[in-house]
Amino acid sequence: MKLNLKIWRQNGPQDKGEMKTYPIDGVDGDMSFLEMMDMLNNQLVESGESPVAFDHDCREGICGMCSLYINGEAHGPDRGVTTCQLHMRKFNDGDTIYIEPWRAKAFPVIKDLVVDRSSFDRIMNSGGFVSVNTSGNTVDANSIPIPKDDADKAFEAATCIGCGACVASCKNASAMLFVSAKVSQLSLLPQGKVEAKERVLNMVQTMDDEGFGNCTNTGACEVECPKGISLENIARMNREYLKGALTK
Amino acid sequence: MSVLDSKIPEGPIDRKWSDYKNKIRLVNPANKRNIDVIVVGTGLAGGSAAASLAELGYNVKAFCFQDSPRRAHSIAAQGGINAAKNYQGDGDSVFRLFYDTVKGGDYRSREANVHRLAEVSASIIDQCVAQGVPFARDYGGLLDNRSFGGVLVSRTFYAKGQTGQQLLLGAYSAMSRQIGKGKIRMYTRHEMQELVVVDGKARGIIARNSVNGELERHSAHAVVIASGGYGNVFFLSTNAMGSNVSANWKIHKKGAQFANPCFTQIHPTCIPVSGENQSKLTLMSESLRNDGRIWVPKNIEDVEAIKQGTKKPTDLTEDERDYYLERRYPSFGNLVPRDVASRAAKERCDAGYGVNATGEAVYLDFAAAIERYGKEQAHVQHVESPTAEDIYKLGKGVVEGKYGNLFQMYYKITDDNPYETPMKIYPAVHYTMGGVWVDYNLMSTIPGCYVAGEANFSDHGANRLGASALMQGLADGYFVLPYTIGDYLADDIRTGAIPTDTTEFDEAENAVRSHLERLIDVQGTKSVDYFHKRLGKVMWNNVGMARNEKDLNSAILEIQNIRNEFYSNVRIPGKIDELNPELEKAGRVADFLELGELMAIDALSRNESCGGHFREESQTPEGEAQRKDDEYGYVASWEYSGNPSEPKLHKEDLVFENIKLVQRSYK
Amino acid sequence: MALTGLFLCLFLVGHLLGNLQLIFITGEEGKVAFNEYAYFMTHNPAVKVLSYLTYFSILFHAIDGLMLTIQNKKARPTNYAMNKPNTNSSTPARYMAILGTVVLVFICTHMVNFWAKMHFTNMPLHTITKSIEAPVGQDPTTGQPVVKELEVDYVYTTNGQYQESKVSLAEMNYSEEKYEIKKGTMLYDKTSGLKVAEGLKDLHSQVMTFFGQDIKGLPSNSNALLYVILYVLSMAVLGFHLWHGFSSAFQTLGLRSKKYVGAISMAGKLFAVIIPAAFAIIPILIYLA
Repeated sequence: MKLNLKIWRQNGPQDKGEMKTYPIDGVDGDMSFLEMMDMLNNQLVESGESPVAFDHDCREGICGMCSLYINGEAHGPDRGVTTCQLHMRKFNDGDTIYIEPWRAKAFPVIKDLVVDRSSFDRIMNSGGFVSVNTSGNTVDANSIPIPKDDADKAFEAATCIGCGACVASCKNASAMLFVSAKVSQLSLLPQGKVEAKERVLNMVQTMDDEGFGNCTNTGACEVECPKGISLENIARMNREYLKGALTK
Repeated sequence: MSVLDSKIPEGPIDRKWSDYKNKIRLVNPANKRNIDVIVVGTGLAGGSAAASLAELGYNVKAFCFQDSPRRAHSIAAQGGINAAKNYQGDGDSVFRLFYDTVKGGDYRSREANVHRLAEVSASIIDQCVAQGVPFARDYGGLLDNRSFGGVLVSRTFYAKGQTGQQLLLGAYSAMSRQIGKGKIRMYTRHEMQELVVVDGKARGIIARNSVNGELERHSAHAVVIASGGYGNVFFLSTNAMGSNVSANWKIHKKGAQFANPCFTQIHPTCIPVSGENQSKLTLMSESLRNDGRIWVPKNIEDVEAIKQGTKKPTDLTEDERDYYLERRYPSFGNLVPRDVASRAAKERCDAGYGVNATGEAVYLDFAAAIERYGKEQAHVQHVESPTAEDIYKLGKGVVEGKYGNLFQMYYKITDDNPYETPMKIYPAVHYTMGGVWVDYNLMSTIPGCYVAGEANFSDHGANRLGASALMQGLADGYFVLPYTIGDYLADDIRTGAIPTDTTEFDEAENAVRSHLERLIDVQGTKSVDYFHKRLGKVMWNNVGMARNEKDLNSAILEIQNIRNEFYSNVRIPGKIDELNPELEKAGRVADFLELGELMAIDALSRNESCGGHFREESQTPEGEAQRKDDEYGYVASWEYSGNPSEPKLHKEDLVFENIKLVQRSYK
Repeated sequence: MALTGLFLCLFLVGHLLGNLQLIFITGEEGKVAFNEYAYFMTHNPAVKVLSYLTYFSILFHAIDGLMLTIQNKKARPTNYAMNKPNTNSSTPARYMAILGTVVLVFICTHMVNFWAKMHFTNMPLHTITKSIEAPVGQDPTTGQPVVKELEVDYVYTTNGQYQESKVSLAEMNYSEEKYEIKKGTMLYDKTSGLKVAEGLKDLHSQVMTFFGQDIKGLPSNSNALLYVILYVLSMAVLGFHLWHGFSSAFQTLGLRSKKYVGAISMAGKLFAVIIPAAFAIIPILIYLA
């Protein structure tokens, strides 16, 4: 199929940037979106133009590195997938496709479609862990039974891949879904409960300091999340936060 | 004369590690503060090593090329992690895990290393649970296990189909804690370009900051390489796009020997190649083989009919199907080790029974499992005389609970619903057992340069069992390296900070700069991918699932040609001092173009079939792999001679004192 | 936001119950009930506390909302060239700030029209005109007192009685004024100078005048239709605001869990429809009456 790509080009963090149009032909429905981008880039390279920079790595929807805002939606029109899992069969011959980077103050553009998501790491550094040393001299793994339901919920929260689609699709560029997933995971498990209060207070503080917006519960994040992380986690984090703020 | 000293401690196998730990030198906490360690790579091995070393008190500098340490490709491991916990009471033990791993590796791994791995495996699970890794649990709240290929016990711990992700995020969280404390300095979007060797010891690296292209000098008292495997030499593999051999290759060229490079694992259950523009292959977890049955049609006419679209796989009756794994290997059936399953698929497809357009696909069918589980559930839920539809519904629910995310992934990629029609799968490059040669301490032949995880060669022999890679990565990082590196660093307590303004650093940086300039100055006509794809085809066709002398020889020549053409006709737009993904790719492909040749040379020199390495010249009359322990019972360790085409072979003889070598049989 | 929002939801319910007297109780009884209610709402100390809480809530809700909106705008300095937010979120959820601003404007005008008048102006008192037989003199022939039917206005007082009001009596030239009104509502005995009773401000008529068309005994209001329309539109906006706001508040307070999410969302939607609709129906009925 033939497509008309409108892609954000920005040469560096200080560059103003603009949308540029690239027609592309010979796209096949079985190609993934990023393979289509590869094809475009190979054409650009061989014709002497500069290829479009975009983040990607595992190409199986788990590393969370790919990050495009495609036709007005994070990771494109399909649900429950990352951009690398989006296939061109979701588009039609002759379509115009807008491709933009994540837009958020906390995710500044580095080049073209590549953004800096290190703010997520800094939030994690402020509390996204259990303070246990790595000696292996902990208690036996089966000494604390964990109700299956809690373990399953913790797992579901823990499947967050940190891609930032939640921030990108939130009208407020809020990182609540991301932060709440980690807070939920650890607050649901006995191992994480010990420092639950400090964790939630510190992580929320860092999140605010990084310049993310506030949660107004529009639910866009949950819909666009490639891993289907539930809004329930945000409610749980709010609960944990209130508990922490009132009793600490 | 071999220069390889594996430094295996004396004593009985089950005492070696604990005795050794009791004897090695320790560094006092106050001195650890004055010692820097560089860790390249933040996957399971690198991440856990960085966190543990920082925990111990060393100043750690960690590097990854991704934008966050959480994205390392360990994250994509699906199935699980082995540990000799024997929670199921099915007869598992440290010895049995050790035995299975050595046997699974087709007796090409080092006994002492594997035994140590089995010993620490249980601690890994304890450690991860303490970190909040949400492993699957049963209704009693205790940890659940499943079975994996090549073993007869259930020792695999898992978190649905995302075990690697959960373990990596566990290691990442341990790192995050140390980053927050300032004990780890994290350098993301940095790629190691060169190892700096001072007075024969690894003392630092040159790294390129991908954001601005700057070349940076980083010094340390020891360097740990944990940069993963080199499966991307095949272009199409289940590795991440960025996975590369460069860190390994740079230290190889600086003196670290590269062991068993030809041992690559071709994973049997991947989604088949769909077209020319494909950039990577997606794995379907081996755990699917617990419940899925692999088959192709018995009659070639049915194959044709399916290809024409006149018949659907579900139209075929049971006796029109050839469940070839169950037929050939009745005792292990669909759970034979990966190398065996892959070759069996290739055998059927080569015979013309492949079921997709390219003739390179077999079926993985869940209909029987859905029915079995459905009946079980009907019984549990007291459904009186359930209809076929009830059974399907109930069974589908169970299968969805176990493999839902994998099925969805398959559906998204292929547009086929695997609940209704069997999945199509085909083997794909997945893991590399070979890697930098290391001794018992995980130190390479360069003093102070350690190699951990998939990047080293040590534990999996010629074939890795499912759920062992995660085990090895974390064992190396959490429980082995932190001890063994201390023994080395004990000599460095008075060294003080390593300066970076020395000639060694100057030379290393200049070498990197001129290499990058050479690449960018070619200004030819073809993109990097063009060369990478060509290399990949040569590797897959000649150094893939089955190898022979003629093809290997022609591969060596072809790779040399491609390499020459690469340096005369590659086109890399942009500059060195900016974010330049094409330049990054070019650097990696340049190294693959040298590694590929070494792999072919290694495969050529090993005229036996073992594990993932199948030489057509060496097979039993039934077409099974024929090992030659007398001739090839060694680790082939290659030294870089200055010319990639002329590596020098060293041998480390493998001595088996605790396991009797037998021809592997899964019949 | 959530706490004040939910408190304001409660306020809405209370306010609505009060307002519903306007249509459910008719005639003088309704007038009495409503004006007594209005008096209660302005004089009861407990209500006073609640009302201050309400003013605070409105202010806090508005100011905090404004500040959050500013922060949220800053969190995304560059907008998307192509954005399809309607694929992932409801429209009211995305326009809470605008909806809230409209509601705030409404509240202000609403307060100017009713609340401020009630609090700060000398609004006419609740009066009723009754016919009485009053002696207007003596028959010169019989010496019998002459009794005449007279229309007399009475002020309805806070103690629930009708007191003769001065105005009409003075016109009748019947007797000297008995009472005078001071401070807007206070009835004083003219002769003794003592406070006799307190009249009720006639908010009921104020409302009826505002929304009604040519109701007997009340001044006509040519803008009534416009006011009704604006009021109904405002209620629609309020409904949209609540459509998202109600359940959102539960989410913010962490009171939403998988088990109750359906119930809360349903309750929120019912609340968002029923409450504003009930408010809106009142002026419509008054207008049509």
